[in-house]
Amino acid sequence: MLLIHCPYCGEARAELEFRAAGDAHIDRPANIAAISDEEFAEYFFLRDNPKGLIYERWRHIHGCGRFFNAVRDTVSDKFVMTYKAGQPKPDLSPAPGAAPALPADSRPVETYEATEGRAE
Amino acid sequence: MRKYSVFAVAREAMRAHKGWEAQWTSPEPRAQYDVIIIGGGAHGLGAAYYLAKEHGITNVAVIEKGWLGGGNTGRNTTIIRSNYLYEESMDIYEHSLKLWEGLSQELNYNVMYSPRGVMMLSHNIHDQQVFKRHIHANRLYGIDNEWLTPEQAKEFCPPLDISASARYAINGAALQRRGGTARHDAVAWGYARAASDRGVHVIQNCEVKGIRRGPDGAVTGVETTKGFIGARKIGVSASGHNSMVLGMADVRLPLHSVPLQALVSEPLKPIFPCVVMSNTVHAYISQSDKGELVIGAGTDQYNSYSQTGGLQIITHTLDAICELFPIFRRVKMMRQWGGITDNTPDRSPIQGVTPVPNLFVNCGWGTGGFKATPGSAHLFAHLIARGEPHRLAAGLTLDRFRTGRLIDEAAAAAVAH
Ligand SMILES: Cc1cc2nc3c(=O)[nH]c(=O)nc-3n(C[C@H](O)[C@H](O)[C@H](O)COP(=O)(O)OP(=O)(O)OC[C@H]3O[C@@H](n4cnc5c(N)ncnc54)[C@H](O)[C@@H]3O)c2cc1C
Ligand SMILES: [Zn+2]
Repeated sequence: MLLIHCPYCGEARAELEFRAAGDAHIDRPANIAAISDEEFAEYFFLRDNPKGLIYERWRHIHGCGRFFNAVRDTVSDKFVMTYKAGQPKPDLSPAPGAAPALPADSRPVETYEATEGRAE
Repeated sequence: MRKYSVFAVAREAMRAHKGWEAQWTSPEPRAQYDVIIIGGGAHGLGAAYYLAKEHGITNVAVIEKGWLGGGNTGRNTTIIRSNYLYEESMDIYEHSLKLWEGLSQELNYNVMYSPRGVMMLSHNIHDQQVFKRHIHANRLYGIDNEWLTPEQAKEFCPPLDISASARYAINGAALQRRGGTARHDAVAWGYARAASDRGVHVIQNCEVKGIRRGPDGAVTGVETTKGFIGARKIGVSASGHNSMVLGMADVRLPLHSVPLQALVSEPLKPIFPCVVMSNTVHAYISQSDKGELVIGAGTDQYNSYSQTGGLQIITHTLDAICELFPIFRRVKMMRQWGGITDNTPDRSPIQGVTPVPNLFVNCGWGTGGFKATPGSAHLFAHLIARGEPHRLAAGLTLDRFRTGRLIDEAAAAAVAH
C-alpha cells in the first residue's frame, strides 16, 4: 500500500484514503465540438503509459476530498512529489544520480515506526 | 520432433529417461526474418506456430527478453470461458474455446485443458439482471451459459456457503460448463515446441530496444541486446510492455499498465471441483491439479510496472474467499505474485494494423487474455500474413477509439477474467 502525501492536508496518509484519477496535465480542448475525431481520440484515449516517471492525479476522497497532482516512479512506485492542482507541471530533469528537488510544502513521511516506536 | 506418446514414455522408462530431446532449439538469430514477433508469451509463440502451420511462413523469430511464459502467461489464474456480452468478444473468445478443446492433440502436448465449469456468483438484483442478459445474448449466439438457483450452485460447488445469513449471500449464479482451466506454462511450451519443429526461431534472453524504420516509414527490423535483426514484418505481443514497445515506433496506444495479483495455498486433497468467480466481491478461485487453491485478486488502482501489487488488494480478496467458503478459513497461503496487465478503456483487446506499415499489434488483453490464447494467436497470424484482420477479429481494431465503436465489456459487467 502506498503512503501518499496530500498537499492540502500536509500529511502522508494511507492509499486507502485516496482514489487514483488518471494522468495529470491533460487539457480538455476548449473547442471540444470542433475538433476532429483523431484529436478527440488523442485527448480522450491515447496515453504514454510510461515506465518511469508519471504525472498523475489523485483525489483525497476519504480526507479533504480534493484533487491534486503527483509525480511517481512506476517501477519503484515511489512518489517523487505531490503538488496542488493548478500548479505547473514540474520540470524534473535532475543531473543523473542527483535527488530531484522536493516541493516547498513537502514533509518527511511519518511512518508508524518513526512515530510510535517498534511494534512489539 | 519426436512425438510424445505412451510408447515414448514406456521406451524412456526402459532407458533411464536419457532419450528425451530439448523441446525447442535455441538458435542464434539470423540476420533477417520474414516476420519477427516481439514477446514470447503464449500469444506470440502461438502466432508464430500458426504463421508456420497455416500460412507457410516459417522464416519467423519470436524474441523474448526473459524466458518463455515469464510474463503474464506464467502468472495468470488460467480461467477459460467465452460467455462475454458483445458479438465481437463472443466471436474471438468462442473461437478460442473451440481451439482449446483440441489443443493438446493439435500440439502433441498436454496443456491440461479442463472444462470443469466456470460459475459466476450473483449477489444482488443488479448482478442477476446483468448475468441473465449475458445468458440470453450467449444462447442466441450459440454459446452455452445457464442460470442456476443458489441450491443448484451449491450442488455444483459444495464448499460454497449459500445461507441467507452469509455476509455475501448469493441469489443465483451463471454457469458456463465448457469453461475451465488449463496449465499455463504448458501452453507456452507446447506452442514453442511445435513452432520450433516447423522452423521458427525461439530466441530468449534478448530484449527489443528499438524498432528501425525505412525511408517509407515501414519497419525494417529491431534493435536488440543481441544486435540488429532485420524483419519484413513485426508483430508486437508484449502484454504489460506494449506501450513501451510500440512507443519505439512512435505509436501511442490507449493502454494503461497495472499490476494484477494472484496467490496459491498449500496443496490440499481434491476439494474444489470447478472455477468460481465473484465480480462483486472480487474473488476468483479454482484448485490446481497439484492441489493448490489458485486465487485471483484485483488490480491496483494506479499505473505501475512493479510486478508486485498492494497487500490490501489480496487481503480484501481473501476476506471475500473466507466468507464465500468458510471451509478455507484456516488454509495457509504459500505464494503471491503480480503481473503487469495492459488495459484498454473499454476492457476489450486491440488486434490490428498500426499507423506504421508492416507493424501489427496484439494488445490490451489486460486481466483476461489467457483464455483467448489459441484464438488470438490464430487470428494474429492471419493478420500478419494477410495484412488485414480475420473476420472474427475485424472489430478489435485500434481505429475504434477514433470511430467510437467501442466494445464496452467494462460497462457490460465489470468482469475481470
Ligand atoms: C495475476 C493474473 C491473473 C490472470 N488471470 C487470468 C485468467 O484467469 N484468465 C485469463 O483469461 N487471463 C488472465 N490473466 C491475463 C493473461 O495472463 C494475459 O492476458 C495473457 O497471458 C497475455 O498473454 P501474452 O502472451 O500476450 O503476454 P505475456 O505472457 O505477458 O507475454 C509477453 C512477453 O513479452 C515480453 N516482452 C516485453 N517487452 C519485451 C521487449 N522489449 N523485448 C522482448 N520481449 C519483451 C515479456 O517478457 C513477456 O514474456 C491474468 C493475468 C494476471 C497477471
Ligand atoms: Zn487531503
